Amino acid sequence: MARISVAFEHRKAFIAFITGGDPDIETTEALIPQMAAAGADIIAIGIPFSDPIAEGIVIQQADERALRAGTTTDKLLDMVKRVRKKVTIPLVFMTYINPVFTYGTKHFFEKCAECGIDGVVIPDVPFEEREEVNGACVAAGIELITMIAPTSRERIDMISRYANGFLYCMSPLGVPEVRSKTIADLKEMINHIKEVSNIPCAISFGITTPEQAQEIATVSDGTIVGSAIVQLIAQNGKNCIEPVCQYVRKMKEAVASA
Amino acid sequence: MEAKKGRYGLYGGQYIPETLIPAIQEVEKAYDTYKNDVAFQLELKNLMENYAGRPSLLYYAKKMTKDLGGAKIYLKREDLNHTGSHKINNVLGQVLLAKKMGKRRVIAETGAGQHGVATATAAALMGLECEIFMGKEDTDRQVLNCYRMELLGAKVHPVTTGTMTLKDAVNETMREWASRMDDTLYVLGSVMGPHPFPMIVRDFQKVIGEEIKEQLMKLEGKLPDAVIACVGGGSNAMGSFYEFIPDTEVRLIGCEAAGLGVDNPKNAATIANGTIGIFHGMKSLFCQDEYGQIAPVYSISAGLDYPGIGPEHANLHDTGRAEYVPITDEEAVEAFEYLSRIEGIIPAIESAHAVAYAKKIASKFQKDQIIVITISGRGDKDVAAIARYRGVEIFD
Repeated sequence: MARISVAFEHRKAFIAFITGGDPDIETTEALIPQMAAAGADIIAIGIPFSDPIAEGIVIQQADERALRAGTTTDKLLDMVKRVRKKVTIPLVFMTYINPVFTYGTKHFFEKCAECGIDGVVIPDVPFEEREEVNGACVAAGIELITMIAPTSRERIDMISRYANGFLYCMSPLGVPEVRSKTIADLKEMINHIKEVSNIPCAISFGITTPEQAQEIATVSDGTIVGSAIVQLIAQNGKNCIEPVCQYVRKMKEAVASA
Repeated sequence: MEAKKGRYGLYGGQYIPETLIPAIQEVEKAYDTYKNDVAFQLELKNLMENYAGRPSLLYYAKKMTKDLGGAKIYLKREDLNHTGSHKINNVLGQVLLAKKMGKRRVIAETGAGQHGVATATAAALMGLECEIFMGKEDTDRQVLNCYRMELLGAKVHPVTTGTMTLKDAVNETMREWASRMDDTLYVLGSVMGPHPFPMIVRDFQKVIGEEIKEQLMKLEGKLPDAVIACVGGGSNAMGSFYEFIPDTEVRLIGCEAAGLGVDNPKNAATIANGTIGIFHGMKSLFCQDEYGQIAPVYSISAGLDYPGIGPEHANLHDTGRAEYVPITDEEAVEAFEYLSRIEGIIPAIESAHAVAYAKKIASKFQKDQIIVITISGRGDKDVAAIARYRGVEIFD
């Protein structure tokens, strides 16, 4: 399962997030190969959760739409299995610990591997609780992708040393007047990580414009964009494929030029 | 009782986003320091006695005892505390802790508004800023409590995400904390959430059980045969039970909200209907579907309207040390009216769940046996809802 590290080889990666099943499974299924063709290097698929506390209102509403449309973990796994035949880029699940635990942690990761998932991000499993999932993850050959927050500071060493796949670095939203300072802080954070580990670092920044994506890409190995894409899906519903792909193309171009 | 890192048997833990870990660890460290700090404990004791009005009465309910014709019934009167419920015990502790930690601001979730009012009160007293997150459904139902909080200087944020009730208020307070933790402490309202909150809240509430034991020793010279309390997240029950856990001859009974009945989807009976899961920072029992989506829950009591239960309760249930029973809206409302008429005490609708179960079992006890019911709060806040339930039109 080295697909993830390959995605970062010789390039800055553009990682696109969508909530699985928003507005419905069919749209997600059509969207993934198109986004890959438009240049997404990794696609993160959210398994919707009723209470996504680590995310903002845009993703929460997407989760609510997906759940109302009848999306379940099993339906998403089946969808990934079908889509896997069409795309070669890494596919990553992003969800919360309760859907994983309730599904049966071991069973969940085995199914992920069987369907062609490469990694899983679980925001509410911090380093201290990783034993909850790590064994099952390793056994199934799935990479457990961990997060680093601006508040992590002295925790960075410990988290980076044990990280798999890539590091998902969260950053505070870019308030215009502190932008340049934030970029400097991010640079310092990435440098700190690189002292400990050569794991690729991707930054989620509340990025919306190609200019921002490019700026972030200069200090990291990749950028993660979620809300902006989910917003496009919210606005366009089933007709979201064209606008989302246009957006992905622009963003990929910007990231690649960094 | 508890293993390392806030575990209670299978339950507990610290399942929160990385962003919040430093904040949680800061609380852990601070609490570790202050729980054994004599000056802190003296200051808290002084607040408990001279501000909250502790100890609360242990009242012998003579008429109720006679009417039920079995065990002697005592009521632990947490309703007589300042702000009208047991919530003040916890918030005085946590807001004092916030102050010692150098925080300028406290935030909290609230369901019916009792914990919000208590937090706003303690924040006003200790000169901290206070913001309360409350589901939009609840702010609509509890207009008066919202205004009370504002009178006390707090800002109330109606939460419009998800089911717009208590669990969503918790989500939003966690998000708020994650975005601003340097000067802010999250004052959690029950024995739930990530470690160390279940432990901290229990420690600040255990005074209830300690007082029951001491007061009953003085009055009767013995331990109670049963202690009964209502359970949502479970703070007043944990506070009532904790002192008695080693006294295995004392039955500990938690009463959860069965809403329209445990077989009806409209209930909040976590022990009866829940399954093991991990949510709001803790491994515990939750009302959820087969895919781990948290279920919308219902109870006439906004304070018990929560889809989970504190991890230490889940463990007391597993080990069999405590029993948990479901009480329906109808039974609770009847008990609410019963206690009002027979003893002239209007209990909170939450506490009425405990009264309802005592009514059911008292006659099965001998006359020299003793049941203590924790009256966790007073019922003024519920009068309008009870009138509505009975189809009486009043203007509140």
